[in-house]
Amino acid sequence: MVSQLTPGERIAALITLILLAVIGLFMAAAGRADPLGAHGFVVLLSSTGLIFLLLSKSNGTPPDPARLLQYYDDPTKLGIILSMIWAVFGLFIGVWVASLLAWPDLTFDAAWASFGRLRPVHTTSVIFGFGGNALIATSLHVLQRTSRARLPEQFSPWFVLLGYNLFCILAVSGYFLGVTQSKEYAEAEWYADIWLVIVWVVYFGIYIRTLARRQEPHIYVANWYYMAFILVVAMLHIVNNLAIPVSMGHAKSYSAFSGVQDAMTQWWYGHNAVAFFLTAGFLGMMYYYLPKRAERPIFSYRLSIISFWGITFMYMWAGSHHLHYTALPHWVQTLGMSFSIVLLVPSWASAGNALATLNGAWHRVRDDATLRFMMVAAVFYGLTTFEGSFMAIRPVNSLSHYTDWTIGHVHAGALGWVAMITFGTFYCLVPWMWKQERIYSPKLVEWHFWLALSGTIVYVFAMWNSGIIQGLMWRTYNESGTLTYSFLESLVAMEPYYIARAFGGFLFLAGAVVGSYNIWMTIRMARGVPATPMDDLPVSRLAPEAGE
Amino acid sequence: MIADHETLVAIAKSWGLFYLIAMSIGVLLYAFWPRNRKRFEKAKMSILEKDDRPWH
Repeated sequence: MVSQLTPGERIAALITLILLAVIGLFMAAAGRADPLGAHGFVVLLSSTGLIFLLLSKSNGTPPDPARLLQYYDDPTKLGIILSMIWAVFGLFIGVWVASLLAWPDLTFDAAWASFGRLRPVHTTSVIFGFGGNALIATSLHVLQRTSRARLPEQFSPWFVLLGYNLFCILAVSGYFLGVTQSKEYAEAEWYADIWLVIVWVVYFGIYIRTLARRQEPHIYVANWYYMAFILVVAMLHIVNNLAIPVSMGHAKSYSAFSGVQDAMTQWWYGHNAVAFFLTAGFLGMMYYYLPKRAERPIFSYRLSIISFWGITFMYMWAGSHHLHYTALPHWVQTLGMSFSIVLLVPSWASAGNALATLNGAWHRVRDDATLRFMMVAAVFYGLTTFEGSFMAIRPVNSLSHYTDWTIGHVHAGALGWVAMITFGTFYCLVPWMWKQERIYSPKLVEWHFWLALSGTIVYVFAMWNSGIIQGLMWRTYNESGTLTYSFLESLVAMEPYYIARAFGGFLFLAGAVVGSYNIWMTIRMARGVPATPMDDLPVSRLAPEAGE
Repeated sequence: MIADHETLVAIAKSWGLFYLIAMSIGVLLYAFWPRNRKRFEKAKMSILEKDDRPWH
C-alpha cells in the first residue's frame, strides 16, 4: 500500500492525515459529551493510526518505475475485502433486526440495540458498506481496463476508498449512539455528509482524469453507468442533506426544507439512490463482468445505450410514487406513477440484454456458479423492476404501501439483484486480482449460490404473504362500516412470516460467510505463489490475442 | 414569472414533455446512426480483448 506511493504522494498523504487528525481534535473538543465529540475521537484515532502506518512503512525508497506499465489494482483488492467484511456485518445486523420483529426481547434492554437504531445500521452497512465498496473496487478495475490506461496517480484512490469507509464508520457508529437526521438512507448527520461530498468529488476526479488518459477512443458503456452513479449520487446527496446544524459543537441538524417539500426532496433522493446507487452502478458492473465471464460480447450494444439514457432521464421523476395519498399534489403523484411505468422499458431492455447475451451459453450457466450468480441477478433485476412499476400505480400502492410487501420488493432487488451481481463479479474478479487460475473452491461457490438463492426466495415469499395479508386486513370493513381487524390482530398474523423472513436472511448470511471464507482462502493461496503480473487474466477468452 | 403551482404544472406539461421527446429521438438517432455501427461493434468486442496491462 505505502510502498507503491511516490515520495510526493507520501507527503501529500501525511499532510492530509495530519489535517484530518486536527479536524478530529477540534470535533472532539467542540463536541465534548455530544456524539460529535465521540466522532471527533473516531476521526482522530483513525487518522493517527494511518499516520503511524504511513511513517512505519515509508523507507525512503521510491516505487519501481516499472509499475507504470501495469494497472493499479491495490485499492480494488482492499475494496473487495472491505466490501465482504461489511456484507457479513450488515447481513448479521439484518438477521438480528428481522429476529427482533419475531422476538422483541432480543434488544436486551439496551438503547443501542433497539429496532430504530439497528435498522439504519443494517441498511447503511449493506447499501453503503457492502454495495459502495464493491462499486468503488469494481469501478476502478473496469475504468482502467476499458480505458487501457493506469489510474493517474496512487494517492487519490486510497483517499477515496479509506475516506469512504470512514464515512460508513461515522454513519453506523452514529446510529448506535442515537445520531440520525431521520431521512431514509441518508441518516448520517451533517459533518459526515460534508466529508462524503469531499470524498465523492475526488472519486469523480479520478474517473475524469483516467478517462482523459484513455488509449481506447470509445468510452465503454459500463463507464457511462459508473459515471452516472457517481455524478447523480453527488447531486442527490448534496441537495437532500442541506441542513443547518444546531451549533458547530452538536451532531444534530435541521433540514433546510420542511413539510411536504422535505418529504418530496427525501424521496427524490431515496428513489434515485435506488436508481443510481443500487441500479446504475451495478448495471455498470453487469455490462462489464457478465460478457467477460460468459466470454461473449453483450447482445446489443445499441440497446445498452438506449437503456442508459432511458434510465438516466426517467428515474429522476419517479420518486414521488413514494408519497401516494399524502399532502403531495395529486399531479406530482401521477407524474411519479407515469414515469415509474415508462421506466419498465429501459429496465427490461437491460435485463433482456443480459439474458440474451447468455443465450447460447446456457451450458456454461449450468456448470459455472459464478455466471449463474450473474444470470439470476439479471432475472431478479427484471422481476423487481416489473414489481416496482406495478407497485407505483396508485391503487396498487394503496394496498402495498406501509406493508411488508415494500420490504419484500426492496429485498428482491437488494438480495436478488445487487448482492447476486456483486458476488458473481467478486468470484470473477478475485482470481484475476490475486493472479490465481481459479477461486479456492468452486464447490463453495455452489454452496454460496444455493444458500443465497434459497435465502432470497424464502425472504421474498414471506414478505409477499405478510404484506398482502397486512394490506388486506387493514382495509377490510365489516357490515357496520368499521374496520374488521385491529392493528394488533394484523401484527399477530405476521408472526410466522417474520420467523420465515429471519430464517431466509440467515441463509443469505450463511452464504456470505461461505463466500468470504472462499475469497479469503483464494487470497491466501496467492501468498504461496509469486505473482506473475504480466498474466493478469489466466482464463481462456474468446479472442485471446485480438487487438494485440 | 412566479414559480407558483400553475406555472410549474404548465411547464411540466409542455416543455417537460417536449424535451423528453426530443431527448428520446436524439438518443435513438445516436444509437441507430449507420456511421456509429462500426464503433459500437468494436466497443462491444473490445472488452474481450487481452487487457492485462495499459497501452502506451
